[in-house]
Amino acid sequence: MIDEKGERIPLTIADCDAQEGTLTIVFMEVGKTTRELGCLKDGDSIMSLTGPLGVPTHVEKFGTVVCVAGGFAVAPIMPIARAMKQAGNKVISIMGARTKDLLFWEEELRSVSDKLIVTTDDGSYGRKALVTEPLKEILETEKVDRVIAIGPSVMMKFCSRTTQPFGVKTIVSLNPIMVDGTGMCGCCRVVVGGQTKFACVDGPDFDGHQVDWDLLAARQRNYLEEEKEALENWQCQCGGHHH
Amino acid sequence: MPRQEPKIRAKNFKEVALGYTPEMALEEANRCIQCPKRPCVDGCPVNVDIPEFIKALREGNMQESVKALKGKNALPGVCGRVCPQETQCEAKCTLGKQKAPIAIGRLERYVADWERNNKSAMPPASSLPSPTGKKVAVIGSGPAGLTAAADLAKKGHKVTIFEALHIGGGVLMYGIPEFRLPKEIVQNEINFVKSLGVEIVLDAVVGKIDTLDELLKGGYDAVFLGTGAGLPMFLNVPGENLCGIYSANEWLTRINLMKAYLFPKFDTPLRMGKKVAVIGGGNVAMDAARCALRLGAEQVYIVYRRSEAELPARKEEVENAMEEGIVFKFLTNPVRFIDDGKGWVNGMECIEMELGEPDASGRRRPIPKKGSEFVIPIDTVVVALGTTPNPLIASTTEGLKTTGHGTVVADETTGKTVKDRVWAGGDIVTGAATVISAMGAGKRAAADIDKFLSGK
Repeated sequence: MIDEKGERIPLTIADCDAQEGTLTIVFMEVGKTTRELGCLKDGDSIMSLTGPLGVPTHVEKFGTVVCVAGGFAVAPIMPIARAMKQAGNKVISIMGARTKDLLFWEEELRSVSDKLIVTTDDGSYGRKALVTEPLKEILETEKVDRVIAIGPSVMMKFCSRTTQPFGVKTIVSLNPIMVDGTGMCGCCRVVVGGQTKFACVDGPDFDGHQVDWDLLAARQRNYLEEEKEALENWQCQCGGHHH
Repeated sequence: MPRQEPKIRAKNFKEVALGYTPEMALEEANRCIQCPKRPCVDGCPVNVDIPEFIKALREGNMQESVKALKGKNALPGVCGRVCPQETQCEAKCTLGKQKAPIAIGRLERYVADWERNNKSAMPPASSLPSPTGKKVAVIGSGPAGLTAAADLAKKGHKVTIFEALHIGGGVLMYGIPEFRLPKEIVQNEINFVKSLGVEIVLDAVVGKIDTLDELLKGGYDAVFLGTGAGLPMFLNVPGENLCGIYSANEWLTRINLMKAYLFPKFDTPLRMGKKVAVIGGGNVAMDAARCALRLGAEQVYIVYRRSEAELPARKEEVENAMEEGIVFKFLTNPVRFIDDGKGWVNGMECIEMELGEPDASGRRRPIPKKGSEFVIPIDTVVVALGTTPNPLIASTTEGLKTTGHGTVVADETTGKTVKDRVWAGGDIVTGAATVISAMGAGKRAAADIDKFLSGK
């Protein structure tokens, strides 16, 4: 929460340094709160931050692990790829974005991967493709033991669809709307394998083959109008667009 | 006690009950016969010295009245508003055998409000006791935690409260609405607890960020668990995850804690349609329904599977809700929710119920009437069926015994759990109950913790 009038939003930790006492969080400026966060300067503070919450990603030596990151999810996939590598896995990473300008941390992700494939939707950098295309090719050419896919819901849904015929367990990180983030409100409920789960405490990682993607998408759209209103209202107040 | 007119109050979030005027308070206090048996004190879960504070009030000695009231109760402004006095102190009042019992709750509220409005008139707090050097961690800053913390601090122990949310108060902040319990009053009472030397650490989700065992190893001599019952129950019927269906916890948290009724001035919104159904018959259901009215709903229903006589809510709250125009649908139970085709709820299929033999709770068991299904057209639903304890701490702590309902097992009189140096009290032990019963549990546990720490 930025201040006492702010909202509680879930963000993923991309990195931390216990000695320095720092956390690295990467977020995309889409709504009022994330844009407001983007306006903060070095040394500014926010009212409230809590975490880590939820269940940590399960890491063990599986064999070959493919890590797929869509858009800004390169940030949350980084520590997972690194941990998978440290656990002795062969790590193949795929990072994709709409266009070249939205790509970041390419070298960082390469440094923790045995192989890295970069895609853009418009072909402005790397391979012109959706992330699912190289994912499918890898599954066709070698034995993969686990896939981790993080990104927009639609990207995670299609990654799960891509891996399903190959029977490779695919873990996705769900991002429904949350309020408290401690299992108190149930706003973030998702259906996995026919059962209702709270993404904040039971997740965010779930088996992508068992997620009810349509329900997730519907619940994510719930506040689009209010999100727009909040953003417009804020832009009026602060005299226009910052970035 | 004067209240806002139903038609006016149903459109605002300001407090419904306006409190006694000094004349009214004096008149009511003068009715007290100061009987020697003091049954009211036994009726109070924290044993407030009721005759003393009433006596001082009618003698015009407000400072003394405040002192008598706060001797046993750190949160009188809260209790004067939300305690079910009709089943506690007032139920025991000697006068009540013949006529109306003394309105103890209203007098308590009057004295607490007088103190808040006359801070400068109060003598400075007597100096804090000398430190014992013992440290106690209190988990949760709701009524149980605040009471335990206050009592332990008064004994000279160093108390740190760990609160998961970004503001202290627990259910007093996120659960009970502004119109029943103004948040300024809650924060005022928290400030009083802090003035006793209690430290409150916010954003501290114990069981996740730090475990209970880490606190015990990290220098705390004892731990009190007062994390309440924060896990919402759902109906488990088809369609319950449609948009527009909320747990009462989400509904009330958005409104009370995050101030969604002030969106977009505050950032958290609440999406509500025109016709709202609240499922359940407790105080939380009344609060949720009355919030819906205040947010501008055209029609608000309370849907309850038993009859009016079995409503678990306080009578006063049911009357308030009815006066404000909430429609009660008794002996009705939802069986499924209907999709509008876009993922939003637009109807609720219900079945009529009839009452059979009494069940384990002593209330007559509701039985569905076959073939009586019907659809209520609604576009928003709040599920207020109750809550169970959040499993976060129990699931990450070795040696803490829990029941099948998820509640933590603790001794009824001392709050001691089976785990060494750990006490528990409030909703985490009893399941969802009242503010004052949680305070009583906090008080009893604090006494036992003090006994343990001082080696008695």
